[in-house]
Amino acid sequence: MNNKVALVAWREYVVRVRRRTFIVATLLTPIGIGLLALMAGYFSTKGAVSSKDILFVDESTIFRSADPTSETHVFRFSDKNISEERDNYLENHDVLVHIPPFENLGDKKHQVQYFSEEKLSVMTINKLERAIAKAFKNHKIKSSDIDMEMYNSFDTKVVFEDGEVLEKIAAGEEDASKSGKLNLIIGTILGATMGFLMYMVIFIYGGMVMRSVMEEKINRIVEVMISSVKPFQLMLGKILGVGAVGITQLAIWLILIPVILWIVQSTVGLNDASQAEQMAEIAQNMNGQTSLEGFDIGQIISEFQSLNWGLIIPLFVLFFFGGYFIYSSMFAAIGSAIGDDMGEGQQLMIPIVIPVVIAFVMLQGVLSNPNGSMAIFGSLFPLFSPIIMPARLAFDPPMWQIALSVVILILSCIFFVWFSGKIYRVGILLYGKKVSFKELGKWLFYKA
Amino acid sequence: MSVLQISDVVKQYGDHRAVDGMSFNVPKGSIFGLLGPNGAGKTSLIRIITRITGADSGDILLDGTPIQKTRVRDIGYMPEERGLYKKMKVGEQLMYLAQLKELSASEAKKVINHWMDKFDISDWWNKKIEELSKGMQQKIQFIATVMHEPSLIILDEPFTGLDPINTNLIKEEIFRMNDEGTSIIFSTHRMEQVEEICKDIVLINQGKKMLEGKVSEVKQKFKENIYELIYLEGELKNDSTYTIVQNDGQKASLKIKDGLRANTVLQSLIQQGIQIRKFEEQLPSLNDIFISLIENKTV
Repeated sequence: MNNKVALVAWREYVVRVRRRTFIVATLLTPIGIGLLALMAGYFSTKGAVSSKDILFVDESTIFRSADPTSETHVFRFSDKNISEERDNYLENHDVLVHIPPFENLGDKKHQVQYFSEEKLSVMTINKLERAIAKAFKNHKIKSSDIDMEMYNSFDTKVVFEDGEVLEKIAAGEEDASKSGKLNLIIGTILGATMGFLMYMVIFIYGGMVMRSVMEEKINRIVEVMISSVKPFQLMLGKILGVGAVGITQLAIWLILIPVILWIVQSTVGLNDASQAEQMAEIAQNMNGQTSLEGFDIGQIISEFQSLNWGLIIPLFVLFFFGGYFIYSSMFAAIGSAIGDDMGEGQQLMIPIVIPVVIAFVMLQGVLSNPNGSMAIFGSLFPLFSPIIMPARLAFDPPMWQIALSVVILILSCIFFVWFSGKIYRVGILLYGKKVSFKELGKWLFYKA
Repeated sequence: MSVLQISDVVKQYGDHRAVDGMSFNVPKGSIFGLLGPNGAGKTSLIRIITRITGADSGDILLDGTPIQKTRVRDIGYMPEERGLYKKMKVGEQLMYLAQLKELSASEAKKVINHWMDKFDISDWWNKKIEELSKGMQQKIQFIATVMHEPSLIILDEPFTGLDPINTNLIKEEIFRMNDEGTSIIFSTHRMEQVEEICKDIVLINQGKKMLEGKVSEVKQKFKENIYELIYLEGELKNDSTYTIVQNDGQKASLKIKDGLRANTVLQSLIQQGIQIRKFEEQLPSLNDIFISLIENKTV
């Protein structure tokens, strides 16, 4: 019996993996991502922030004496007055900036004009404003006889820490690196990635199972098959085979995508620092709460390492399979009922699509409050838990919730595979009948 | 001795009783015709025999063993709704189906090569199914049905879509396997094929058995004492021994009156001076029996 499941799974796997579309999709996706990274890198360094030759007429002399430089732009200073330069700056420069004299140290605002043929981007203006403001600030500090070091000490960084975690660290129960906001940020990013991955997996590979079922029904081979294999074995073999295809594809991507990104990074030689700066700026502009700005790479890596991967990876795999089994078995049942008419099948897919979409929508709320009641409900309810629970794992949810969620997930897997099997065995042998949910309900009670 | 014993089998789908207390036996080593109009319950019954579905009640024994306990490789089934995986190659498809029939990979390879040689298609191993014509695909399906040497083969409309040459090829194989002791159930609407191929038949309608027996016995049972007469001279007239059903001056159909025998009629014809070339009993065709039974619903 198990032999036949393996045989069916093997065929599903081999046939799919050998298909040209699979090979193309598997290879093109990482290449596409590489190209996207290349383009994003290009546009953020060269395209979006085009290098400008900027001529300053600094009547205040404050900016000029700060001897400013820029990574993207060329700064030049003119000794002529503004009315002279207005007429000629375009010959050798892109932008003319006029900083009028700054007389009163107490002024909190100073207007600077710029002239340019093209409108300057918000990003460039922000940068220039900040650079000039910094020079003015330093000038004000110096002129007020305030010691620079002392001034800098006025800034106090306030750090919020979880009291319980601190106690544990003090007691030596936990690693000191396990504290802090960074933990939450990384948890959020990881959670969002995992949730999104599950969402994709359910639709891509669940859909693949459905098409495979429909193909057998439309090809009319299913009756030949069922005279040798039990419908349940056939369905299970399909789910396992397509699942293996999914794992193969994800594994290839997991290796290829970093490799290609690394190649893009090293061969094209994108400017890392400016890119990171751009990213931080973009994140800030997007009003994201989750920005890695202000953390250095070493901190991020150590925080990443401090996550309980020994628990997260096996659990992620478990939820991956759980979610895949629950949803792909439902897709198989629907595929068996649809048969030749894809259009009619759309309405049958609604009960599958809705919970996935709800879970995906819930994801954002869960990430902003990973131990709230919605998060707890979402991580226990079996149609949501494959998306919600992996997203919570980086936030150290209570052990009992993980355990309960896993138990419910496993029981639900068994239930859904059994339940779908009942519909499947009737559906695959039925032709030319329009199927309603009522009809599907009746099939559950047909004798095998 | 029966290869298949079916007793009181019932199968209900919702409100519809597809098989309604069916009982009959398939003699071992016979070619057995399972006949009936569309929707009679043939496919439902075959699906129960092939264990695709289960019966609600009743028993089926294959070689004396309850069907649930037999091996998958004991039966070969070619359904009417049949197909193959279009993207798969001929060889691997047959290997796959053979292994699902519980043949080992080496056994499978051997028998598939044997059959491909026999059908003169050994160079098809690496051809994709979608490259083959419908008739060619049907040959592959036939191989898939019989390659594991089952003791019972069930063929549902095996000749549809085949040209006369391939029809003969398959027919010869059916006869050969039957000679070697394989029992064959043959389901079709084509009555002339049944007359040509089957030794025994069962006729079912609306889930119930209407008729069962040897083809020759069934014909005897339904004969109407009509004789065909071909003659050269003389004028045919109704007389006390027969009535003329049809007459075109050289060929006539005569119905012999009840209780009389053919010899009596012959004597009468000779006395009338009819020059007889041929005088032969006309048995009803299975087609006629089929139609009259289904239309009159009499047994």
